[in-house]
Amino acid sequence: MNAPLINWYKFSSPATFYPLAAKLIPWFTAATILLAAVGLWISFFVAPTDAQQGEGYRIIFVHVAASWMSMFIYCVMAFWSAMCLSFNARLSGMMASALAPTGAMFAFLSLLTGSLWGKPMWGAWWVWDARLTSQLILFFLYLGFIALQSAIDDPRRADKAGAILSLVGVINVPIIYFSVQWWNTLHQGASVSMTKSPSMAQTMLWGMLIMALAFWAYSITMALLRVRCIILEREMTNEWVKKNALE
Amino acid sequence: MSAFFVPFKQSVQRDLLLAARHKTELITALFFFVIVVNLLPLGVGPDPELLRKIAPGILWIGALLATLLGMQRMFAPDHADGTLEQMALSPQSFTVLVAGKITAHWLVAGVPVVLMAPLLGLQFDLSARSLWVLTLSLLLGTPVLSLIGSVGAALTLGVRGGGVLLSLLILPLYIPALIFGAGAVEADLAGLSIEGHMSLLAALAVLSAFFGPWVTTFALRIALE
Repeated sequence: MNAPLINWYKFSSPATFYPLAAKLIPWFTAATILLAAVGLWISFFVAPTDAQQGEGYRIIFVHVAASWMSMFIYCVMAFWSAMCLSFNARLSGMMASALAPTGAMFAFLSLLTGSLWGKPMWGAWWVWDARLTSQLILFFLYLGFIALQSAIDDPRRADKAGAILSLVGVINVPIIYFSVQWWNTLHQGASVSMTKSPSMAQTMLWGMLIMALAFWAYSITMALLRVRCIILEREMTNEWVKKNALE
Repeated sequence: MSAFFVPFKQSVQRDLLLAARHKTELITALFFFVIVVNLLPLGVGPDPELLRKIAPGILWIGALLATLLGMQRMFAPDHADGTLEQMALSPQSFTVLVAGKITAHWLVAGVPVVLMAPLLGLQFDLSARSLWVLTLSLLLGTPVLSLIGSVGAALTLGVRGGGVLLSLLILPLYIPALIFGAGAVEADLAGLSIEGHMSLLAALAVLSAFFGPWVTTFALRIALE
């Protein structure tokens, strides 16, 4: 039998992942800075002024990417949670808890930019639009996850309890999304539709994609940084930490 | 079949007996429901048009909070005196015993709310037909609340600040039940068909009845580790 190219299981141990993360962080930091610089340059200088919304629309480049990331990170969190429960792997649980604050931050950023954008465009800081409402609920789900994990002292139990919560949450996210959407259409609350976006200029799309990639790299960087801290905190008494990590 | 029904029945009976011995808890939840629903008109004014319009939402949110009130006590006393551990170790299926406890919670916290709701609905000038819809929607919806809540109760078992944490975890997950439950009554008030709402509410009930006890048992085993 051929030996696999990379032994993935090797890095499922905190002791081997810790130095790997240290090697990866500078690369992802560089990618974040580079992509964010290009993305912001496109969004401020290259992308044309919108015919209807003027210059104000430029917040879209942060807003859309942040919304994507907040949803995507929740799915990644659920993936690591499933790994944590099915393989009983310590690192998976650590990854899930390392991702949660970044996800919550993006959900909040998405809400904040959304309301800043909504005020000049719709004349209101907040409308009970289906997307806004479900984004707010996603934010609550993140907060619940973080609160639950920080309330439990035993880290193994905190990991597993958080894992169950995020898996229950990920099943509920689509249900919540559709129920909120239906509720919204019944109420006829918002008169402004966000779904009918005008055909976008090519450069705008590029700006958005590059910003999304920048946020992606940022999330990976932050998760790796945070997971290193969590590893150190939990493995403090282990021999390898004393030998290698704390020199 | 008896491997399922006998322990299930005994688990339900035991919890009902315990509830009967501590009547204050039973009455507190119901009284909370009544008082919250009655406070809202004092907050928004006595205009009957407005009250009729917001009645479904108020009654549903009242029911939601009232069932949440005793949720933490579903497992906490049994955890404290070691009964829960004995249940987990017993040869009977733990899931069945947990399902019995959830059912007992619904009978103690959910059913009185369902029975009280039409009376409170009268205060909001709902028609007889809407009162039926309200009762039916609560009858389908309150089991969902108990089932989802049990997962939260198991996750926060023996955790610092469990009560507040429980509501933070569970209330966002209650949203679909709230939307379809209150939506059914609103649809009826508007003269629309309630079939869609009721079907979705029933679907939620079936889904949570299937997964709820299982996930709760899983969470309890983690808490007992």
